Amino acid sequence: MLAYAARRLAAIPPTLFIIVTLAFVVVRAAPGGPFDAEQSLPPQVKANLERAYGLDQPFLVQYVHYLRAIAHGDFGPSLKYRDLSVGALIAQGLPVSLTLGLAALSVALALGVPLGIWAALRRGRAVDHGIMGLAVLGLVLPSFVTGPFLALVFGLGLRWLPVAGWQDGNPYYLVLPVITLSLPLVAYIARLIRSSLLEVLQSDFIRAAQARGLGRRRVILRHALPPALLPVVSYLGPATAFVVTGSLVVETVFGLPGTGRFLVEGAINRDYTLVMGMVIVYGLITLTCNLAADLVYGWLDPRVGHAS
Amino acid sequence: MAGSTHGLVMPPEGGPGAGGFWRQAWRRLRRKRLALCAGGVIALIALVAFAGPHLSGIRYDSLDWDAIAIPPQFGGAHWLGTDRLGRDLFVRTVYGVRISLVIGLLASAVSLIIGVVWGMVAGYSGGRTDEFMMRAVDVLYSLPYLFIVIILTTLFERGSLVVLFVAIGAVGWLTIARIVRGQTLVLARAEFVEAARVIGVGPAAMLWRHIVPNLSGTIVAYATLAIPQMILFESFLSFLGLGVQEPLPSLGNLINDGAREMQSAAWMLLVPAGFLVVLLLCFSIVGDALRDALDPREGSS
Repeated sequence: MLAYAARRLAAIPPTLFIIVTLAFVVVRAAPGGPFDAEQSLPPQVKANLERAYGLDQPFLVQYVHYLRAIAHGDFGPSLKYRDLSVGALIAQGLPVSLTLGLAALSVALALGVPLGIWAALRRGRAVDHGIMGLAVLGLVLPSFVTGPFLALVFGLGLRWLPVAGWQDGNPYYLVLPVITLSLPLVAYIARLIRSSLLEVLQSDFIRAAQARGLGRRRVILRHALPPALLPVVSYLGPATAFVVTGSLVVETVFGLPGTGRFLVEGAINRDYTLVMGMVIVYGLITLTCNLAADLVYGWLDPRVGHAS
Repeated sequence: MAGSTHGLVMPPEGGPGAGGFWRQAWRRLRRKRLALCAGGVIALIALVAFAGPHLSGIRYDSLDWDAIAIPPQFGGAHWLGTDRLGRDLFVRTVYGVRISLVIGLLASAVSLIIGVVWGMVAGYSGGRTDEFMMRAVDVLYSLPYLFIVIILTTLFERGSLVVLFVAIGAVGWLTIARIVRGQTLVLARAEFVEAARVIGVGPAAMLWRHIVPNLSGTIVAYATLAIPQMILFESFLSFLGLGVQEPLPSLGNLINDGAREMQSAAWMLLVPAGFLVVLLLCFSIVGDALRDALDPREGSS
């Protein structure tokens, strides 16, 4: 197990290296440059700017310089927000995005698991159909529709909750963004739990437990639920990727000062260093979360052999 | 892949007179009223999307200075209202649906071709090739795919529709590749493939003539499920300002405009959002039903 964890951990740097290289090539291959938007810029000034940021050098030299800087934990200066470094920009926004993402994941688990269990235990009845119908809707509705819609109803209509803003993490301001982000996850997890629990309930060891005369509650909670939770654990990896991309929309809709806008803005402005920094940080987050999910899965499920 | 009995090897289950594979599938599908209704709604929306703009006689980018931001009204000139610039919201939305549908279909085709070829080659080759190809899929799976799309869309001119569907399609093939690979693994060991190999059928001919026809059910089902995904990608990108660009409408940028105006003009958000949700919902209902009908292995619950 430990050897497996070490090997998986060792695979992260090469994967990240491939991602960085691909992103570097693609971003630089895009037409236009970071200083094109300022049209009044005289050619001489532009050339000076490019020299100052090392953009006049050959592609490979820039690439090696960038890798060296990254290895030292330096993301370089932002080409758009010239007074700030990419590191500082990301450090500013990341706490917001992380709070939002973690809150959404927790809400998704806290709601999705019980709803899935409930639906499975009432299989084929009204509760089941109701929950599964809502789940289809939750999966289909994109967050850029639910977000504005919830803001319209609960913010502008009923005036229960603020429509946008952050206010230093005031939980009141987090309710709508977190609900928007977690809705599809709740739906997916509920479906996952329902089908895996139904499958587990068919197995022999459950019948054996029932035959031994254990109470229904005990059979479900102690015997059936743990194995039924496994698919959810392995879904947590993709779920992180979903939260990361979903936060782009949710931060835009609710005007949260997270990191999501940096990626989009950076890509539009050709702010090379900012885009690269975002790709690295978010790549690292998803890779680690995937690894964590896989390790927890291996730890929970004795059937997973790590010999191969 | 647990399925030891492949759907096609299973005996007909429809009782007497059960026809071929597609006939059976159609019979199973016809029992699902909801899916048929959803299919009808899609057909209706598509019809309106392609005929509507011509019938109303208003262009998607023509401005009506006498009707700025008017709410929906029955019997009026703009029966779903207008936006801030006096452009007819019905025409714009319907035109946006058309763009979304076309991009969704083309992107699905792109992702389907990549996914089917990739999965088939991996599953049929087996061994180290398979290992390598599927590991690549795993790595791509673990990345936030929209990052890749965002970076790809900035590669070329913003708003180029061709770039948009190629970029979206190039990222959405992973699930299809996995499913096709699993089925190919089973098929590759089937007796008829063995028999074909014995008579000397080469790998390319084998894949095209023997494997692809047997995968067609799966491919059709997942193609239908891929379309709403692709429409969603497209609207997402347009919502963020990276996809279809003004003055061309798309469901995504209409929703973005609407969200900005919702305080004073909620209909600007609700009209395009409503079309998008109905479209996505119908596609996923039809897709689920098709999967159940064409892929008996999955079982119908």
